[in-house]
Amino acid sequence: MKKFVSVVIMLAMAVSMLAGCGKKEGSEAIKIGSIGPTTGDYAQYGLAVENALKMAAAEINALGGLQFEVLGEDDQGDPTMAVNAYNREMEQGMQVLLGTVTSGACAAVAAEAYNERVFLLTPSASNPAVNEGKDNVYQVCFTDPNQGASAALTIKNLDLGKKVAIIWNNAQDYSTSIYQSFIAKAAEIGLDVVVKDATFSDDSNADFSVQLQKAADAGADLVFLPIYYTPVAAIMQQAKAAGYSFKFFGVDGMDGLLSIDGFDTSLAEGSYMLTPFDANKADELTKSFVTNYKAKYGDVPNQFAADAYDAMYIFYAACKELGFTSETSAKDICEKMIPWMQKYSYSGLTGNNMVWGKDGCVSKAATAYVIRNGQYASVE
Amino acid sequence: MSAFMSNLLSGVSLGSVYAIIALGYTMVYGIAKMLNFAHGDVIMIGAYICFTMMFNLNMPAFLGVLIAMAVCTLLGVTIERLAYKPLRQATSLSVLITAIGMSYFLQNLAQLIWGANPKSFKSVIPNGSISLMNGSLKISYTTIVTIVASVLIMVALTMFVNHTKMGKAMRCVSEDRGAAQLMGVNVDLTITITFAIGSALAAIAAVLMCSAYPTLKPTTGSMPGIKAFTAAVFGGIGSIPGAMLGGILLGVIEIFGKAYISSELGDALVFTVLILVLLVKPTGLLGKKVHEKV
Repeated sequence: MKKFVSVVIMLAMAVSMLAGCGKKEGSEAIKIGSIGPTTGDYAQYGLAVENALKMAAAEINALGGLQFEVLGEDDQGDPTMAVNAYNREMEQGMQVLLGTVTSGACAAVAAEAYNERVFLLTPSASNPAVNEGKDNVYQVCFTDPNQGASAALTIKNLDLGKKVAIIWNNAQDYSTSIYQSFIAKAAEIGLDVVVKDATFSDDSNADFSVQLQKAADAGADLVFLPIYYTPVAAIMQQAKAAGYSFKFFGVDGMDGLLSIDGFDTSLAEGSYMLTPFDANKADELTKSFVTNYKAKYGDVPNQFAADAYDAMYIFYAACKELGFTSETSAKDICEKMIPWMQKYSYSGLTGNNMVWGKDGCVSKAATAYVIRNGQYASVE
Repeated sequence: MSAFMSNLLSGVSLGSVYAIIALGYTMVYGIAKMLNFAHGDVIMIGAYICFTMMFNLNMPAFLGVLIAMAVCTLLGVTIERLAYKPLRQATSLSVLITAIGMSYFLQNLAQLIWGANPKSFKSVIPNGSISLMNGSLKISYTTIVTIVASVLIMVALTMFVNHTKMGKAMRCVSEDRGAAQLMGVNVDLTITITFAIGSALAAIAAVLMCSAYPTLKPTTGSMPGIKAFTAAVFGGIGSIPGAMLGGILLGVIEIFGKAYISSELGDALVFTVLILVLLVKPTGLLGKKVHEKV
């Protein structure tokens, strides 16, 4: 046994030496940081971002010009771990950070990146706290307030429900800030919100019987779900099992629902959602992205992957226009990126003609979809 | 009234899931005197195996459940042999830490095999419900099956422990491992069989849990695992009827807490109960008081 262990240790050491050699060869590449939860409860989002960043980098590298190297670190969605991951990537010579994935962790890392002048373009951290008061933090995804207000307007304009119940995760920045902007807008336009306290505090929560019961008791006809798709799936299944017939309305976090293995898509039939990305869209870019992603990682990419893919190509465009190389310092990249982003307009997977304000927030159209026959369909 | 009844039923249904998991905890603790924190993750593996059999290989549900039970039993015994047996003489702290390590190992293994994206478990129990009180109260088949299954398992386990030769050996090992060995009881075999039974139960718990709450992720087992552990302590760890009682009470407390106090306090209440019980009655509701011999 001991001999076996020592052989294993020897092999591991030999392999790590080889790995060390491999890194030196790639020193010509621009080092791009990526931080996200690749293990634990939020792994499906962190992996989507890291996979898409690596895929986009591989595509760009294959063109033969600029070379990108993606430094991937796991933060499990935790702010402390994210800052540690950030420091490790800084030591490895990170020049720009395309992360982090979750809002809470991103706000912590953004504070560091602001002090050290590292440009940060997050694919998916949508909370306003991420870029508040920081001139070097930009988002590819919508901001949360933006989504909550559009959701309320869409429900009112399309007359989808008279009495709205909201089931939301009050321990999550994402869900909470969409909730807040939703009820603010609803009060303004006279949309009747009958249940506000149907909360839960953990996305791996399994039991939603109480929250659904509250909605039913209050006579709600529409349930607004400003949450990610995993709890959405559980809510729809339990609503069906308990015999409720609510109409559901989700936001961009609901994207991914239809590609859950084993999910009965008939449960989502007639549900509405706002999302910038539709994996079934027929345009060339979406098609090739989805096909390649599926071939490489075996899953249909969700909105997180699409945001990350866009982030990489936005940075690629910047590199070409501003002439960044592996020698350019993170500070220089940061100072040049800030004015450039405000003038740049990008069309990609998650929106056409996306432009950015001084605050780092993106403006792009949120499209409302309705789920018909297991696919997104236009609401018109 | 009907809202109260339907909350009560949700509580009992959730509680019976906790109860079946708690039975596994309590068996292993009672006999091997160790907390197997990887139990929740064996459940998760069981659910994935059953999912793969049914969804990817299109097997009928009962076959999927049987295979999941077989794989879990094998897994439980392997874990015991590889990770816990070498530590039989070590302090309980090292065993506990090994169990926590095993739990993380299984979670990450599952993520490697099945990926981090959630799966949606297809219920093995037909969808539908019985209407009572003029249709204002609905009891789903899943709830009924879960409750019946947990009672049956509890009765069968009690019979097994009290009326078979292996059960007697288990009680001996539980009472005094050294003396049992001197009397010719094969302690290692007894503990292995305990793990085998505990893990087979885990597979059943997995199928019932995922039929009621279908989201399946590598971390699916951890929270129910911790709550079931709470239930086992609540009912008196080591006691089989105690695990059952603790599980059901805990489920009801959680649902009532969510419904009538605050939906964010459900989990907090569960763990408050644990603290209170430990303060007032450290051995749990049905636990026996054992005097430590000095």
